[in-house]
Amino acid sequence: MRFSGFRILKEGLTGNKGWRPHWRDPEPKAEYDIVIIGGGGHGLSTAYYLAKEHGLRNIAVLEKGYIGGGNVGRNTTIVRANYNLPGNSEFYSHSLKLWEGLEQDLNYNVMMSQRGVLNLFHSDGQRDYAARRANSMINQGDDAQLLDREAVRRMVPFLDFDNVRFPIFGGLFHARGGTARHDAVAWGYARGADQRGVDLLQNCEVTGIDVENGRVRGVQTSRGPIRAKKVAMVVAGRTSQVAAMAGMRLPIESHILQAFVTEGLKPLIDNVVTFGMGHFYISQSDKGGLVFGGDLDFYASYAARGNLPMAEHVMEAAMTLMPAIGKARVLRSWGGIMDMSPDGSPIIDKTDIEGLYLNCGWCYGGFKAVPGSGNCFAHLIAQDRPHPAAARLRLDRFRTGRGLMDEEGTGAQHNLH
Amino acid sequence: MGHALALERPAPDAGAQVWDDYVHNRENPAGETRDLWYHGLGCGAWLVVHRNTVTHEIYGAALARDVKGAGQ
Repeated sequence: MRFSGFRILKEGLTGNKGWRPHWRDPEPKAEYDIVIIGGGGHGLSTAYYLAKEHGLRNIAVLEKGYIGGGNVGRNTTIVRANYNLPGNSEFYSHSLKLWEGLEQDLNYNVMMSQRGVLNLFHSDGQRDYAARRANSMINQGDDAQLLDREAVRRMVPFLDFDNVRFPIFGGLFHARGGTARHDAVAWGYARGADQRGVDLLQNCEVTGIDVENGRVRGVQTSRGPIRAKKVAMVVAGRTSQVAAMAGMRLPIESHILQAFVTEGLKPLIDNVVTFGMGHFYISQSDKGGLVFGGDLDFYASYAARGNLPMAEHVMEAAMTLMPAIGKARVLRSWGGIMDMSPDGSPIIDKTDIEGLYLNCGWCYGGFKAVPGSGNCFAHLIAQDRPHPAAARLRLDRFRTGRGLMDEEGTGAQHNLH
Repeated sequence: MGHALALERPAPDAGAQVWDDYVHNRENPAGETRDLWYHGLGCGAWLVVHRNTVTHEIYGAALARDVKGAGQ
């Protein structure tokens, strides 16, 4: 089933009776060439690119719950490539280019909106860093623009420019960044993978990973054992539990990141805006809700909900930057389980077990990485060598100390990001 | 169990593998854990808190120096 304007018109005139489910609900086979553990955004895009770019068909995606029910549906939907350090920079640049052609590629409306990401700065020192970061982005081939205070004022006049503690000095504007509809990204990749023959197995929890003589043989699941030549773990948020089934201990801690949404309002914020002096960022969804988030609660948790001290901190930052937000009522809040790595950057790599591949540690960057992560992980699984854009996302960088990507400059240790 | 492993610091010459495991790798349990908390706005004590990472239930807490002494 292809989507088109004509199709919508036809269905509209014939009672919408022709729509069909977007993907099959197959029974598990006894054996696959490749089993992907995790049917989130990254797992689905991995399956999609394995089928599309590497011509592989005999693939299963195992999802414990349902498609779109995990972190891919629990984020603030921001897409950007404004990183500073080599490693992250080329990877997110690669991912953004895939975002830009995604809807045509998938024949699916993911509501990709390149409305621009504006990072505010509030001091001379922050301006210097923003200029350096802008140069890094431009050198990478992406777009960046350094805006002065008046240019920022024209863009977002409702902010508190003369705040006593944190006056706005200007902003780093990344015009190609923006937002996308998170659920639709999962659905689009699921449909694309399914159309290419990938089996999406929902309610299929992996309970064991079979390893013989240093080689992976398959997995045990709640729907029976499945043999596989290659197994890929892409379960950010639950990485430690799945890796433990293969006897691995990883440099990952699970933390809670909270986000909030207000009642629907008339159009107010055209872009994504981030505060430079507190962890607060905001955009407006197409439904009108102001979507904003803050920092980690900073203790390991799998609860998918946070506590009030961080909620209070986020509200304080919101009121500091944008006093008008005090008139809006918060509709709901939620927490996503972040796969935090020690240096705040992700891991896409092989493991010491032959045929077992690892994709984890997405920290706060998981959603915008969905196309790039799947694309690079598929390359690694199919060809057994890393994609150039993800070659630095190595697991052994913590042991060796070489190639750490500490974007915030706080040190490559847990609890610092 | 959990992050209170920081109390069991390896010997300086234990080797890169052991130190990597100590500094970076985590059991990261979903469920019961014992981790280290610092009473920053209070008495400044380090505590080992026995809690649940899924329900946020707290079972108990002990002074880290007592726990460390007991483990040796």
